[in-house]
Amino acid sequence: MPAVSETIETVQSVQEGGYKWGFETDIEMEFAPKGLNEAIVRFISRKKNEPEWLLEWRLKAFALWRKMEEPRWAAVNFPPIDYQDAHYYAAPKQKAAPKSLDEVDPELLRTYEKLGIPLREQERLQGIAVDAVFDSVSVATTFKERLEQEGIIFCSISEAVQKHPELVREYLGSVVPQADNFFAALNSAVFTDGSFVYIPKGVRCPMELSTYFRINARSTGQFERTLIIADAGSHVSYLEGCTAPMRDENQLHAAVVELVALDDATIKYSTVQNWYPGDAEGRGGIYNFVTKRGACRGARSKISWTQVETGSAITWKYPSCILQGDDSVGEFYSVAITNNRQQADTGTKMFHIGRNTRSTIVSKGISAGRGQNTYRGLVKISPKAHGARNFTQCDSLLIGDQCGAHTVPYIENRCLTAKVEHEATTSRIAEDQLFYCRQRGLSEEEAVGLIVNGFCREVLKELPMEFAVEAQKLLAISLEGSVG
Amino acid sequence: MLKIEGLTAEVEGRPILKGIDLEVPAGEVHAVMGPNGSGKSTLSYVLAGREGYEITGGRVTFDGRDLLAMEPEERAAAGLFLAFQYPVELPGVGNANFLRTALNAVRRARGEPELDAMQFLKLARAKLKALHMSEEMIKRNVNVGFSGGEKKRNEVLQMALLEPKLAILDETDSGLDIDALKIVADGVNAMRGPGFSALVITHYQRLLDHIVPDRVHVLMDGRIVKSGPASLALELEAEGYAKVAA
Ligand SMILES: Nc1ncnc2c1ncn2[C@@H]1O[C@H](COP(=O)(O)OP(=O)(O)OP(=O)(O)O)[C@@H](O)[C@H]1O
Ligand SMILES: [Mg+2]
Repeated sequence: MPAVSETIETVQSVQEGGYKWGFETDIEMEFAPKGLNEAIVRFISRKKNEPEWLLEWRLKAFALWRKMEEPRWAAVNFPPIDYQDAHYYAAPKQKAAPKSLDEVDPELLRTYEKLGIPLREQERLQGIAVDAVFDSVSVATTFKERLEQEGIIFCSISEAVQKHPELVREYLGSVVPQADNFFAALNSAVFTDGSFVYIPKGVRCPMELSTYFRINARSTGQFERTLIIADAGSHVSYLEGCTAPMRDENQLHAAVVELVALDDATIKYSTVQNWYPGDAEGRGGIYNFVTKRGACRGARSKISWTQVETGSAITWKYPSCILQGDDSVGEFYSVAITNNRQQADTGTKMFHIGRNTRSTIVSKGISAGRGQNTYRGLVKISPKAHGARNFTQCDSLLIGDQCGAHTVPYIENRCLTAKVEHEATTSRIAEDQLFYCRQRGLSEEEAVGLIVNGFCREVLKELPMEFAVEAQKLLAISLEGSVG
Repeated sequence: MLKIEGLTAEVEGRPILKGIDLEVPAGEVHAVMGPNGSGKSTLSYVLAGREGYEITGGRVTFDGRDLLAMEPEERAAAGLFLAFQYPVELPGVGNANFLRTALNAVRRARGEPELDAMQFLKLARAKLKALHMSEEMIKRNVNVGFSGGEKKRNEVLQMALLEPKLAILDETDSGLDIDALKIVADGVNAMRGPGFSALVITHYQRLLDHIVPDRVHVLMDGRIVKSGPASLALELEAEGYAKVAA
């Protein structure tokens, strides 16, 4: 996502219109045969040269998944998914794992350049380390050596399995168990790559860490797995971005992200999700069915989720916090846009377990075209969470009269000394606001962009600076054609 | 600069403007006065191109162009500015950002280079200073939580930045204290010159003490019933609309 070059391109694309990340990279790929069975799970594990325990772990997940049913409780509609009609592994063909960037296929480097994520040393984004995941594999990670000096591990999860098996084994599935839900079980069986982060005790990560996910291959699913561990007293800010080519088929993206924050540790996790949303009639686009959860295990630990969800045909995700440690803090800041035929059912869950745990939820839903946007959230306070506090603010903005916004807050408070507050508003962009802007010379689309950005301000200001600018442009692009 | 001929307009099927003839030559400032509900704001909205007003007859040329055929933003780019009677709040939108976006949109349309954040800030500071306004004004969200007077001053600041050819000021003096009134008037007077015209809608002579108009028009029930020199405003104040128009 990041960087000035991207901003310029993005601005250009505002003028050109459409989804500018929709190109396809022509590169020789290696696929697993279509279908999903035990042999495929073994195939993936073998491809990744995994230890026996991990294969067993996957097989167990697969066995659990077979007994589960696709959840249908979310307010989204889609035809049945044929899980046998997809490839579960797709990787650019290369002789051996590239040891340095010089060995990475130049076509791949060009792809990331085009996306505004230069990976080559001289062009790298300053102050941001990037892990680039292309379909099922991580193709490059930048600034690794610099981070290693601080004892920070930032690599693909496949590499972590090889080099730091003890850490992976200890934490994998410890926040999102294999049987957590249908898509998490599927991911546990067939996850291919993703990022791994470990920040040692007392270390403040000196740069932003980010992963850029790219779906390229046709008829494949992407199942990435990200695991971030912040040891006691450490601090890290992590950002993920995602794009995919324009296709008239729906592709499944079922990721799992697990965060663990120990005593006094802070994890800030930001997402700018811009998967291909499908066309104006709702053909194609990514099904973004994702499980993200963080455990504030330590006292005074903090996990903060910020998400800007502009893409995907369907978004189904609830980044959550388990506030176990006393005085731990969970935050969820979200902007979700649905335009044309997009559907989003997103929100968060805050589980207050420790004493004096605090959570803040700020959700901004924007619906345009025939988009449907649901905020679904759960605040659960256990009897022992004395002094727990939650504040929830859900605002919906409607553009046009064929879209919908829904708010479904669940509150389960079993502690008398806890305090839960919920505020919700629904509004439309007023005619007088638009006219005021246009009288000052702004086009209708610029005016909508400005008003929408204003509406989302509380969330956008939570993003790291460089990304906030990108996110603003993205909002404007996502709403193109929604007025007039 | 602005020429209105036989303009009629309806709102929700109800005729409001019933044949307006009015000409504001370049470099002149004209005042429009008239009772509540006579159609003054309607006229300003129709000129600015607001939706919901149906033009049923007449024509308007602005700087030689057919004004009624243009989109609101095209009119703004062509140099028409409306200071709103009730300025609109834009929550979460920083005033500086809004003003810069507006200025750059207008500059783009005029073929002038856009200003970056630093250049804009410099210009804005100069205008703020000239208008005796505090920099706080551009740090806040557009009109959100502004007092009535602050909103009006913000309109004048925008006018000063956008440097229009024609400014329509719809009761910009209402709700202003004496000092603010003077500042607003000074702001308008500072712009007076061969390239600037204004249509000043007001109920009060006190504004016209500061902004002395070239002509005064009386609008009643959708028609200009009388026009005259600056002294007409004094007559109105002394005698009331009914008598003067009779
Ligand atoms: N959107 C609308 N719907 C219905 N009636 C309207 C609308 N806008 C204006 N009107 C009517 O048109 C008439 C003229 O209104 P307008 O606001 O132009 O008056 P004005 O001269 O500006 O009055 P004031 O001095 O009180 O500002 C009024 O009777 C008003 O009620
Ligand atoms: Mg009025």
